Amino acid sequence: MSSPLLEVRDLRIYYYTLTGIVRAVDGVSFWMAEGEVLGIAGESGCGKSTLGYGLLGLVPPPGRIVSGSIVLDRTDVTKLRPPELRKVRWAKVSMIFQGAMNALNPVYTVGHQLAEPLVLHRGLSVKEALEVATDMIKKVGLTPDVLRRYPHELSGGMKQRVMIAMALLLKPRLVIADEPTTALDVVIQAQIMNLFKELRKIERNAMILITHDLSLIAEIADRTSVMYAGKIVEIGSSDEVFGNPLHPYTQGLLRSIPRLREKEKITWIPGVPPDLRMPPPGCRFHPRCPYARDVCRSEEPPEIEVEKGHTLSCWLYARR
Amino acid sequence: MYPKLIVEEAYKYFPLRRSLVEILTFRRHRYVRAVDGVSFAVNEGEIYCLAGESGCGKTTTGRLVVRLIDFTAGRALYMPRKEVLSEIPPEYLVDGKYVNLASRLPRYVDKLLRRDVQIIFQDPYGSLNPRMRIYDILKEPLDIHGMGSTEDERRETVFRALEEVKLTPPEEFAERYPHMLSGGQRQRVAVARALILNPSLVVADEPVSMLDVSIRAEILQLMLDLKATRNLTYVFITHDLAVAAYICNNIAVMYLGKIVEKGPIDVVINNPQHPYARALIAAVPEPDPRNRFKIRELPISGEVPSAAHIPPGCRFHPRCPYAMDICKTEEPPEIEVEKGHTLSCWLYARR
Repeated sequence: MSSPLLEVRDLRIYYYTLTGIVRAVDGVSFWMAEGEVLGIAGESGCGKSTLGYGLLGLVPPPGRIVSGSIVLDRTDVTKLRPPELRKVRWAKVSMIFQGAMNALNPVYTVGHQLAEPLVLHRGLSVKEALEVATDMIKKVGLTPDVLRRYPHELSGGMKQRVMIAMALLLKPRLVIADEPTTALDVVIQAQIMNLFKELRKIERNAMILITHDLSLIAEIADRTSVMYAGKIVEIGSSDEVFGNPLHPYTQGLLRSIPRLREKEKITWIPGVPPDLRMPPPGCRFHPRCPYARDVCRSEEPPEIEVEKGHTLSCWLYARR
Repeated sequence: MYPKLIVEEAYKYFPLRRSLVEILTFRRHRYVRAVDGVSFAVNEGEIYCLAGESGCGKTTTGRLVVRLIDFTAGRALYMPRKEVLSEIPPEYLVDGKYVNLASRLPRYVDKLLRRDVQIIFQDPYGSLNPRMRIYDILKEPLDIHGMGSTEDERRETVFRALEEVKLTPPEEFAERYPHMLSGGQRQRVAVARALILNPSLVVADEPVSMLDVSIRAEILQLMLDLKATRNLTYVFITHDLAVAAYICNNIAVMYLGKIVEKGPIDVVINNPQHPYARALIAAVPEPDPRNRFKIRELPISGEVPSAAHIPPGCRFHPRCPYAMDICKTEEPPEIEVEKGHTLSCWLYARR
């Protein structure tokens, strides 16, 4: 097998707050192949957005990467100094931020904002940069006159398309989309998801889709990972994770989603996610887990590969 | 059986602010037509869903029913609980059992109705006063309405309400402030507050959309349980059709201030007729990874226009793939395609 595009090993990102250390990402490892779409699902506060920011080296203070490595295309992003990191960022890995409404600068035109990375990274003249931007804006389904407009003149869906164009502009190998459709209406959300599906055929970039909505992940992801309290509890091909979920948390999440046409009773996971300043000992899910045993309360579960490519951390499946 | 609530041709226009130039030149007021002629009927004991995208007027309709805002025009007949009904003088009644929520009512009648119609808001982080203890939040409605003769009695009512929404032990939760609770627990406090005056109609405005997926089902189940034990009727406002399909009996799909299609939930979800309703239902994502190989068919283009500039004719025509000439000039009539299933679209009108 050729070397993966991205390999994250034992990544830990902590926030050093006045009230304690928040272990937002606490020992996360995964890899991604070229051109693959990976979905990261989890509830609010599970560390999924922090993980996304970490991959770009953009963890906001008081947070920082404590240990672990992020090897993107054979370079360890965590070891780069700021100037080198700036070259990698956007050119190799870009991001579609949560809430497109606020991610664009209101005082510059869309064209100005799209041209900027091309001028800075590729050294193009403004005229050349605008030509490239025009091509990209057409690819995301907008008309070139959008370039002359200011963000407030655009609707939410159009702004999100601009953000997608911006993320793809430098042909990065990896795009991280953090809740890209959360602020949008259902129909617009479906249009954006369609756009992602079309663009991945043309651009062939890899993508990480971070969302709380497992249904959206099922729409596009080849592989799915589920995060809980700073850790990935289950990861595998989407067919496996959705068709044969094994971790009790994944099972609980899937059972809590109402379906449009099935009247099956939905259930919920009792309790609340833990405070990441003092996560529970042992398996972090044990206070909410219906199958918790003694070992779950004291020892962290190992990572187990139940089938090729389908791994999870749960004592239920550990052979002892 | 008589419906619990009959809304007939309800309108709510919000005036837009005029600029100085507009005032000096005596330009006419312009309006946001948030609710523009909405009619529906809610049966006793059912969950009636108002669904649609943001800006479709579903929340405004809900607020009209709770009378947080006044009707611009229209009628809303509401049948209060028997005990409340007997306290209302007959001159304010229609047909002896309904009160018109859109009419002017004296203060004491108004207060009686507020006891009987309550609302659960979307955001439990915004709807609970952060400076009040849960106990005070729940006791306030009792004080205002003079319920319970002694402090002890009110205290007991508050504790019973907390137990009912499964915040136990109630003594402990009563002393807490909202920030000490999780989102799900806060929403349960909001449910308890809505129910503490023992209403018979509750408007739930997106009660679960701010909550994490894993605890949504818990609030929905709580609402269903309380409905059964207290014989409640809900008007459930949501943008999430999967949630609607799960708990509602009837649904009205709204677009730009009008209902475009309404009927029993299974009929509308499985056999939508209006082009907008069809697109809305086709857009709902589902947790099935086979979906990733197909592009969803969404024939409609563009986005919802502003409610200040509603297109003439059928308001959906600029986005409709089937728009005909008549759609651009004349508003479509309401057509009953089968019993209880109606829609407003020229495609189905026999001329």
